Amino acid sequence: MTADENGHPNLTELGYDERSPVAVDEHGHGHEVELPEDPFADPGLEPHRPRATDIDEKVAQKAERQVAALFALSALATIGFMVAYTEVPRTAVVNFFPIGAVSASNFALGMLLGIALFSLGAGAVYWARTLMTDVELTQERHLLESGSEAKAQAVAEFEKGVADSGIKRRPLIRRTLLGALAVLPLPALWVLRDLGPLPGDSLRHTAWKAGELIINDNTVSIDGSTGQGVKPEDITIGTLVQGRPKAALTAGDQYNDLMAKSAILLVRLDPADIKSQQQRDWGYQGIVAFSKICTHVGCPVALYEQQTHHMLCPCHQSTFDLSDGGKVIFGPAARSLPQLPITVDADGYLVAKSDFDQPVGPSFWERG
Amino acid sequence: MKSLSTRRRHPLAAFVVLALGLAFAGTLFAAFVSPAASADTGESAAQQLANGKALYISSCSSCHGKNAEGTGLGPSLVGVGAASVDFQVSTGRMPAKQLGAQVEAKQNIFSTQQIQDMAAYVQSLGGGPQIPAAGQYAYDANAVALGGQLFRENCSQCHNFAGEGGALTDGKFAPKLTQTNPQQIYEAMLTGPQNMPVFSDKVIPPAEKQAIISYLLNSRNEPNYGGAGLGRLGPVSEGLFIWTVGLIALLLCAVWIAAHTTKASAQKAAQAAAAGKAGK
Repeated sequence: MTADENGHPNLTELGYDERSPVAVDEHGHGHEVELPEDPFADPGLEPHRPRATDIDEKVAQKAERQVAALFALSALATIGFMVAYTEVPRTAVVNFFPIGAVSASNFALGMLLGIALFSLGAGAVYWARTLMTDVELTQERHLLESGSEAKAQAVAEFEKGVADSGIKRRPLIRRTLLGALAVLPLPALWVLRDLGPLPGDSLRHTAWKAGELIINDNTVSIDGSTGQGVKPEDITIGTLVQGRPKAALTAGDQYNDLMAKSAILLVRLDPADIKSQQQRDWGYQGIVAFSKICTHVGCPVALYEQQTHHMLCPCHQSTFDLSDGGKVIFGPAARSLPQLPITVDADGYLVAKSDFDQPVGPSFWERG
Repeated sequence: MKSLSTRRRHPLAAFVVLALGLAFAGTLFAAFVSPAASADTGESAAQQLANGKALYISSCSSCHGKNAEGTGLGPSLVGVGAASVDFQVSTGRMPAKQLGAQVEAKQNIFSTQQIQDMAAYVQSLGGGPQIPAAGQYAYDANAVALGGQLFRENCSQCHNFAGEGGALTDGKFAPKLTQTNPQQIYEAMLTGPQNMPVFSDKVIPPAEKQAIISYLLNSRNEPNYGGAGLGRLGPVSEGLFIWTVGLIALLLCAVWIAAHTTKASAQKAAQAAAAGKAGK
């Protein structure tokens, strides 16, 4: 096709004819509409219609300025972002209806970055719609498959290469090459050993043991090194206490590993509400201790409804009945919350009677 | 100027004397029986118990029993303490309108004095937590950080990290704490209303309760640093907002772009084509 001195395509050549809105050309554009014999025949393309910017240079220049203005606005907003980053104080607060109090820094950064990105995109869209060519193009489709001759030639060349390399005649080279390639991926597997060491039986034990003092989480100092025990008389019916073993106060680097398994909840139930004798025996005067780690995927369960004795997990709404051995009554958890047997020590503080009788937290492959 | 005594037989003198006498008596009465005085000492303890009992019988006994022993409709109030009565009645939860999953807060219909009378009566039945003094729940700016830590440990699982509340089972829910007054928050921790666990003074000492209240009061005035808080409910409301409002805005943009053609009118195009031909 040809184009005029402004780079606009020659309209007449593209099938546009002022005498009739529909014209016929050699590309099949815009055949005259008659009732076709084959209703599914390719209708061809509509005639191309020029845009205002294609035929009027003044309009085109205006569009050019608009696109340039959007790009310039984007650049200004980007620079403004950098200025706002250093100049707007972090603590300043501005009020915007209906949002209310908002950080001035966040607001300025967000607005300026938004303006920068939006005007970049808006400029690109406007450029494409007004100034880039919008002439319809036809792309022919061909078979992807090569001809049989070309295929035969490729096979012949490959076989000649195999013969030239002598790989069939020299088995020593062939075998060592295959061997070298076979061991090459092994290092990728070998480094996986550093994911270990294997957990061994650590998933089956927690920091609780006979006589381990139960520390009230709310009495633990900010640095986590001191805390006080809890006495049965401190826990009235309906009270919820979140606890940790005394060992957690001195765990140091192991604190997170330890607490991930050993966090517990203490509640006091009316002993008459407790359904099984074993649960009553493992508690102390109606005070029962349960693992705080959900048996589904290990979230901390702590939404306690004191009248129904339901303990909910905030993640997936698993619900455990603490008056019935921590039995699951709703949700995806598959096993009851493990109960920790407790008693009191000589000073009258609540202590563990032993470790949990089963692994706490989510199921794992070898749990059995 | 005539002396006062010469006017004592004036026809209006009797009215003046009467007015002065009434004013004097009224002032005297007001001075001895001011409302402030009656709240503290004007009402004897026995009188308060009697008033409280009368209010209890008329407003509470149909569910809690004539001796607060509890019935099938409501629990025993022996030992729940004055703090519990003050919380339940001042938030409008009690007297309950109807039984349901949860008794909700509503307009309180009693005066402060009446609530104190009922609280004193219930306290006299079997002890229990007392109404906290104003100093116990006063805002303490230095305790906000500690309060935040304790709130996240003990409260946020049900009431949300910003005190916006959350759902429980079977229609029950943990209410929002954004409007509750500090005294009521303190009493709720102390007494564990409805399904809320009890956090006695041994489990959360009074100073820590004050810290939690300070944190909540502080968080009410916290600006939303990232823009609209969207209820401060976390990723659910934020995701919902962007997937509805954000996506619809983008769709409207796309529709708007496509709805405006850039094509020239047929007339102009024809003129331009004619000019192009003539130019050749």
